[in-house]
Amino acid sequence: MGVSILTIIYIIAAVTFIMGLKMMSNPKTARKGNTTAGIGMLFAIFGTIFLFKDETGANLGNYTWIFGGLLIGAIAGIIMAKKVKMTAMPEMVSMFNGLGGASAALISTVEFNRLVKDNFQITVGETGVAAANELLVLPVTAGTLLILFSGLVLGGITFSGSVIAWGKLSGRVKDFAFKGQHLINIGLLILAIGLAAYVTANKTEVSPVWFYLVLILSLIYGIFFVLPIGGADMPVVISLLNSLSGISAACSGFLYNNKVILTGGILVGAAGTILTVLMCRAMNRSLLNVLIGSFGGSQTSGSDKGPMQHKEISLNDAAVVMSFANKVIVVPGYGLAVAQAQHACHELEKLLESKGVQVKYAIHPVAGRMPGHMNVLLAEADVSYEKLLEMEVANQEFPTTDVVLVLGANDVVNPAAKHDQASPIYGMPILDVESARMVIVNKRSMKPGYAGIENELFYQPKTSMLFGDAKKALNDLVTEIKSI
Amino acid sequence: MKSIFDWLSANEQMIYIIILVIFLGFIVISRVPTVLHTPLMSHANAISGVVIIGAIIVMGRADSNNYGALILGLLAVIAGAINVVGGFVVTDRMMEMFKKKK
Repeated sequence: MGVSILTIIYIIAAVTFIMGLKMMSNPKTARKGNTTAGIGMLFAIFGTIFLFKDETGANLGNYTWIFGGLLIGAIAGIIMAKKVKMTAMPEMVSMFNGLGGASAALISTVEFNRLVKDNFQITVGETGVAAANELLVLPVTAGTLLILFSGLVLGGITFSGSVIAWGKLSGRVKDFAFKGQHLINIGLLILAIGLAAYVTANKTEVSPVWFYLVLILSLIYGIFFVLPIGGADMPVVISLLNSLSGISAACSGFLYNNKVILTGGILVGAAGTILTVLMCRAMNRSLLNVLIGSFGGSQTSGSDKGPMQHKEISLNDAAVVMSFANKVIVVPGYGLAVAQAQHACHELEKLLESKGVQVKYAIHPVAGRMPGHMNVLLAEADVSYEKLLEMEVANQEFPTTDVVLVLGANDVVNPAAKHDQASPIYGMPILDVESARMVIVNKRSMKPGYAGIENELFYQPKTSMLFGDAKKALNDLVTEIKSI
Repeated sequence: MKSIFDWLSANEQMIYIIILVIFLGFIVISRVPTVLHTPLMSHANAISGVVIIGAIIVMGRADSNNYGALILGLLAVIAGAINVVGGFVVTDRMMEMFKKKK
């Protein structure tokens, strides 16, 4: 009876996961979708605790440990989720991601130990029936081992990779790459998979040491795989890690023949993959290119055209052109997030609108450090999402725009992507801000952006630079416009 | 090799689920607007925390004298719980901001 109730709970939970994701496709239903899936998850968790029975029909034990863990995790999760600043959202998401991966890797480890027991060695039985070997205590099929190893490798990579991603996004870890790193990475991966395959396929005794070796190799691979990836490519990596964490979860589902874990895990794996592909397409690069071709600072092509002149604009002039414009489009980038300038930005928007200026925002798909980063920031500052234009729409509107205000964005507005074949970002679709009548670029200095490439937009006749921290510049602009 | 094939046919149901859910995931996601990519990701992230059910099973089946397994299991439960609870709460926080406007 209890078990059939649990089955029903699992089915309902799986349906809520699918509905939740489906409802995420519309801002109006998204919040409800999130709550729906959350409730489904809650039922699945408590259903498992109280109704689960293993093959021998025994209930779960160790309730103190289970509830202790749940309580600690839930409290920590709530505190982290409530305290995090919207600008630090990318770090937070990759942190949660990594913990999911860690959980999957730990499950594989404990299960493996349960199978191996102390000093015994395991032998892979042909059909899961114990072979005539004194050392063999538990029969393990090759399939089970395969799943254990998949969960271990994927979970390990997700965990260490996410920790590095978190460190890089929060500025604690610097980009790091050395010559031949890609070869070493590939070598590590092949070694880990090869070892796992060896243990799985080997019909003789296999020492548990191999298992831990695979875990260590996966962890090292995760670190080396994320370390060299440039900040501009971070959205792709986070989305990829998200997908990996789903697949590693699915492995545990397979292990326990548990369909709700399997459905949830695969759903996230598939969704994460699609999102990763979308991100890559937005940059006009293949996933392989993102993972291998880390943006190097060594490219100097196109910058030897001699010293170019840029011109600055005073706050007063900027205030005047903006308040007498018909239409202003703001192009936000990572600089906006760093300066926490989203509220100041909304302030400026309201002020300009009250003067009859039409204000919109143009959002590049890979602006910021995670997919949709800018949208979340602006939403925090109460900017209506109807004002946010996607790239294609924005590019149609630029020719009828009087002033474009670029706030801390760089590579996504670099015209070199369109015509300079030597440029590392060649081929990436960009926001055509140069088709507007005038461009004002707010940056802290003339230093090139994350990709380390010069931006010729800054030297064009219709471009003026407004130097300074985005938040301060915006606040000053607001004061200036008010005094006109 | 034979054992792999045996295992595959023994898990026929699971494999069907995997294939169908992959397509389902593709279809459900491909229409999400860019505006919602971040909440979508943290929402998906929270769902992948479903692995916590596996962690609970591991924990609940562990021998109560086997402290190694208990501690590793506990870590798995804590990590999973942070993933699930944090993921859903943070998504809700983001969606609340999207909603406030008239």
